[in-house]
Amino acid sequence: MISIFSIIFYVLAFMSVYVQVFLLLTFIENRKKIVVRKGDIQLKKYPAVTVIVPCWNEEKTIYKTVRSLLDLNYPKDKLKIFLVDDGSTDSTWHAINKFAKYSNVNVFHKKNGGKHSALNLGLEKLETDFVGCLDADSFADKNALVRIMSYFEKDPTAMAVAPSVMVENPKSIIQKAQKAEYYLSVYVKKMLAFLGAIHVTPGPLTIFKRQVFDNLGPYRSAHNTEDMEIAYRMQSNHYKIEQCNDAYVYTNTPSTVSKLYKQRLRWIYGFINNTIDYRKVLFKRKYGNFSLFTVPAGILSVVAVSYLFFKVVYSLGKFLAHKFVEYRVVGVDFTPSVGSFDPFFINSQAGIFVSIMLYSLVIFSIVLGHKMAKEKWSFPVNIVYFFVIYSVIAPFWLMRALLNTVITKKPSWR
Amino acid sequence: MNNNLDWKKYFLVFLITVGLFLTAIYLSNYFGEKKLSQLKTIQDQIAIDILSSETQFSLLSELSCKNVSGASLSNELDELGGKLDWGEKNLGATEEVSYLKKYYSLLQIKDYLLMKKISERCGHKYAFVLYFYTTLENCSECEKQSLVLSKLRSTYPELRVYSFDFSTDLSAVKAMLDIYKIEDTKLPALVIEDEVLTGFNSVEELDIKIKETFKLESKIENIPEKVEE
Repeated sequence: MISIFSIIFYVLAFMSVYVQVFLLLTFIENRKKIVVRKGDIQLKKYPAVTVIVPCWNEEKTIYKTVRSLLDLNYPKDKLKIFLVDDGSTDSTWHAINKFAKYSNVNVFHKKNGGKHSALNLGLEKLETDFVGCLDADSFADKNALVRIMSYFEKDPTAMAVAPSVMVENPKSIIQKAQKAEYYLSVYVKKMLAFLGAIHVTPGPLTIFKRQVFDNLGPYRSAHNTEDMEIAYRMQSNHYKIEQCNDAYVYTNTPSTVSKLYKQRLRWIYGFINNTIDYRKVLFKRKYGNFSLFTVPAGILSVVAVSYLFFKVVYSLGKFLAHKFVEYRVVGVDFTPSVGSFDPFFINSQAGIFVSIMLYSLVIFSIVLGHKMAKEKWSFPVNIVYFFVIYSVIAPFWLMRALLNTVITKKPSWR
Repeated sequence: MNNNLDWKKYFLVFLITVGLFLTAIYLSNYFGEKKLSQLKTIQDQIAIDILSSETQFSLLSELSCKNVSGASLSNELDELGGKLDWGEKNLGATEEVSYLKKYYSLLQIKDYLLMKKISERCGHKYAFVLYFYTTLENCSECEKQSLVLSKLRSTYPELRVYSFDFSTDLSAVKAMLDIYKIEDTKLPALVIEDEVLTGFNSVEELDIKIKETFKLESKIENIPEKVEE
């Protein structure tokens, strides 16, 4: 007889495969529209853009971040840079003041109030029709902005354009794992863009039309995920968000498990709580694929990983209990068991084949993401790190985010 | 604004996903069938071997005991038993598995009777243990008893353990249950030289019993001490 656990497994697996097939079909439909441009491009008109850099204790990376903005392949008189020190306790203020000499750079200092408040200070001073943010731990490729702006030129209905976020100089295994994950993200974001269903406009250099904030209001704290909340708000007001796959922004990623855990706890907590805040848009036809695909797929991933976590813990517990009984009954047997491998004992249940399909679809998605960003086919070996590391630690930040939601404990930034 | 929903696409993806699941189920059934037919082949081979040994024994009678040996069959039966157990848990308790299990029980009984005869007539030193367990309910004592028997089997090469599931719907197994008056409330149960032991018996208890009854010698010097509870 099929147990209730198996039924839950197959239902979750079915939905997970559905999500992957949906994305793959979207890719097949739109593959010709995905281009990776080489070298410089020209725009008919260069609209003025302001990039706000909120900084909180970023003395180590801020120089490189601002330098990458100053080196952008975009007319200097059309690019304004706002450096906002959000009450740093290190020498960030001193560091950003060195850039005050540039005519297109403005520096601001304020009391610490969180990233959203630093961005809102920039929005208050805004004079241009386009505005974006660049996190102070990220660096823009010199062609990133012009490529993003080309999307606005091509499609006047686009209200925001997100770039491809890549991992800057990955050194540790944790960062290499994230590199593969970020390729996956490039693919997923691009597909969601085709579906008009992007749910996050990342801090590293998403550019918005000014109307977004004029009409919908400034950034909100939003459980420390203001870049997700603004995307939810835009989607619930039918504002179009695009993704420019060949605009690269490199970001410093957490180098250790504990730093990654903190970052992801914040992201997942943000996802859960923003979804709760915007529950009115869920499963409503008028909100399109965002409401019927993106957010349900996110919820599914939270539920599926939680289920897998409990299943693995249960199986491990059962295995250890069996070993304990064996130890008590017959003691420890140190004689090595010399049994030849018999393929008979390879599990051939349907769940195994479903899992193989699911993993293959995810691996293919990462390869496609790599192709979309780098314009070359290859198998990034970091996929191995990604699967190993994430399958072990992802359930922990997920469970903690759920627990924090229940006990209403907001995770910190760092 | 981009909220045009493509319902056809949602439906098409659903059909593709169903197709992928059906493929997974087909593959699972295909390999499951292959495993079952592999089990059947092993069983048929063992059946032929037993029949052959029986015939050989009848033909040669007591004159040529040295030519009769069933030692290798014991390992084959054990291997088959292991695979059937695994199949029951992983291939699902299908009708085919329960049929194969009945067949297996019958082969064990035949092997037991033949080996007993060979042992008596030819003086081969074999120790026979009949072991009754249940899979119908969660029998943790049965699980422990199986571990003890595996341990003893590795200690005494001459020990032959024949395991029978109490719930096997086979007249030959039922006859054995009647003969030894095995009740489902007193499982696990062991039969050693017509003596019935019910409930869990530890390694030490059974080791003494086997040594006394069959005058066997351990191939390893000391059986590890049981862990103090």
